[in-house]
Amino acid sequence: MTTAPTAPALAMPRIRPGRIVIWTLLFLGGVIMVTPLIFMFSTSLKTAGQVYDLRMIPAAPTLDNYIKVLSDGRFLRWFFNSTIIALTVTLSNVFFDSLVGYTLAKFRFRGRYFVFLAILSTLMIPTEMLVIPWYLMSAEFGWLNSYWGIMFPGMMTAFGTFLMKQFFETVPDDFLEAARIDGLNEFTIWWRIAMPLVTPALSALAIFTFLGNWTAFFWPLIVTTSQELYTLPIGLSSFAVEQAIQWEMIMTGASLATLPTLLVFLLLQRYIVRGVMLAGLKG
Amino acid sequence: MMEPGVPDRHPDRPRTFWTMRRRQLLWVWGFLAVPVLFYGVIRFYPTGQAFWLSLTDWDLMSDPSFIGVENYTRLFADPQFGRVFRNTFAYLIMGTPISLILSFIIAYALDRVRFGHTFLRALYFLPFITTAAAMAWVWRWFYQPAPIGVINDFLSGFGIPQMAFLNSTTWALPSIMVTAIWAGLGFQIIIFMAGLRAIPNTYYEAARIDGLGDWAILRRITLPLLKPTTVFLVVFSSIGFLRIFDQVYNMTTNDPGGPLGSTKPLVLMIYQTAFSSYQMGYAAAQTVVLFTILLVVSLLQLWVLRERT
Repeated sequence: MTTAPTAPALAMPRIRPGRIVIWTLLFLGGVIMVTPLIFMFSTSLKTAGQVYDLRMIPAAPTLDNYIKVLSDGRFLRWFFNSTIIALTVTLSNVFFDSLVGYTLAKFRFRGRYFVFLAILSTLMIPTEMLVIPWYLMSAEFGWLNSYWGIMFPGMMTAFGTFLMKQFFETVPDDFLEAARIDGLNEFTIWWRIAMPLVTPALSALAIFTFLGNWTAFFWPLIVTTSQELYTLPIGLSSFAVEQAIQWEMIMTGASLATLPTLLVFLLLQRYIVRGVMLAGLKG
Repeated sequence: MMEPGVPDRHPDRPRTFWTMRRRQLLWVWGFLAVPVLFYGVIRFYPTGQAFWLSLTDWDLMSDPSFIGVENYTRLFADPQFGRVFRNTFAYLIMGTPISLILSFIIAYALDRVRFGHTFLRALYFLPFITTAAAMAWVWRWFYQPAPIGVINDFLSGFGIPQMAFLNSTTWALPSIMVTAIWAGLGFQIIIFMAGLRAIPNTYYEAARIDGLGDWAILRRITLPLLKPTTVFLVVFSSIGFLRIFDQVYNMTTNDPGGPLGSTKPLVLMIYQTAFSSYQMGYAAAQTVVLFTILLVVSLLQLWVLRERT
């Protein structure tokens, strides 16, 4: 790097050739990063005949592919499944992970350390090792091809619990003590006093859990066999296999699976980036 | 903490038993009841069961019978496993350094850019929030031969000969790996940037007063102070590459892990053993091997990168 350092704040924003070069390189790199997304979207607006014409902006954009893909209702169904599942799992994690994190951070009791270590130790166990027992459990209890079957392994996570414990430790005990003297019960103290103090952590946890479940592939692939219950990634994958080489249809499906999260991201970029930073650094 | 001497405010309750302390303990275990049950039933019991199944010949049809370490001896003698093992480490050994070096350079440069910072950051971060399964299909399309495939079409414009990419036993694995690097890069950049921000400015000011140049500052201050972030990302990204599945599965649906098994990672082998051939015992042994690999690689990395103070 040949640029001057960021002698922060005070440095005058002088334009230097080195900076322009770096900016241009960064910009070109960024364009390469989003090229697959742009091609995906632009091809979804082309007819089958135009697919080989690799123009970024389609000559005659059309929504026909979307109408075709959406007309049999399967994508809407998968979209609905994914939304319900990701939302439910997120709510469950926000509730239970923070409840456990709070309990471990703010109460002294025998077994506290043991419970914490036990939960933390599950971080070392890869999902792949658990899917066979989970599959057997699901077969046993009739959870195959059900929302609950897809959701149950992720209802609580050690990562989330650890993250929330870290944040609850920064909440001063005096606040909770004062509420206790006012006669609030412990649940209300947690829910009404402690939770609002850690909202940045809660949103980070929510974002991570939602994204993770929205894009999850391995377990939903195993536990669902009926198209009705597919989540969006599984549905898309089976749809793409079915379409064989009709790339404009596959790109339409991929756009349907990807664009909603991208739009949400563009709206909430600040919060999401901050959430990822928080979770990544503390977690 | 509760004062033990605070009198109970319910005179009708036996004061000696329902002390504040006892009531608090009741709350604590009330809060923990469902989670403790969850971790026991959904995490610990299945873990034990996986170890046990790995010592049986279970195939879902008949009852499992104990066969000792036969699954493991069979696995280590299986020529397919040798291939899968090499593939899995190929993803790790190429993927982790490439993605970390790229993401550090980008984060370092991006951290110094003020003009259009949010916009540039968004460009790099966007791929991270896409669905791996969906983007694998987009990349698969990119890798097709001309005139369908975008990359080959682009290359042929410069008179560069066609690349076989996903149809080549040599290039299929790197092609899939590029997709995985692309998908994870945004996350690593954001984490590196957070790490860079966390370094106090006073260090840089002091270094500048001492007359250190950019390169010296990078080597003597930035990189050492960034070490916790780097260690986290090394371990995190290694685990990701060792567990690669979504991209491989979706980019090779006509011959999963192909061509000729040249892209098959361990997780795909596990998936096929368990859910295509229903050899649950054998698959469980493979998951135990995966667990061991992940554990050994993480511990090794933490040990090599430990703080030497």
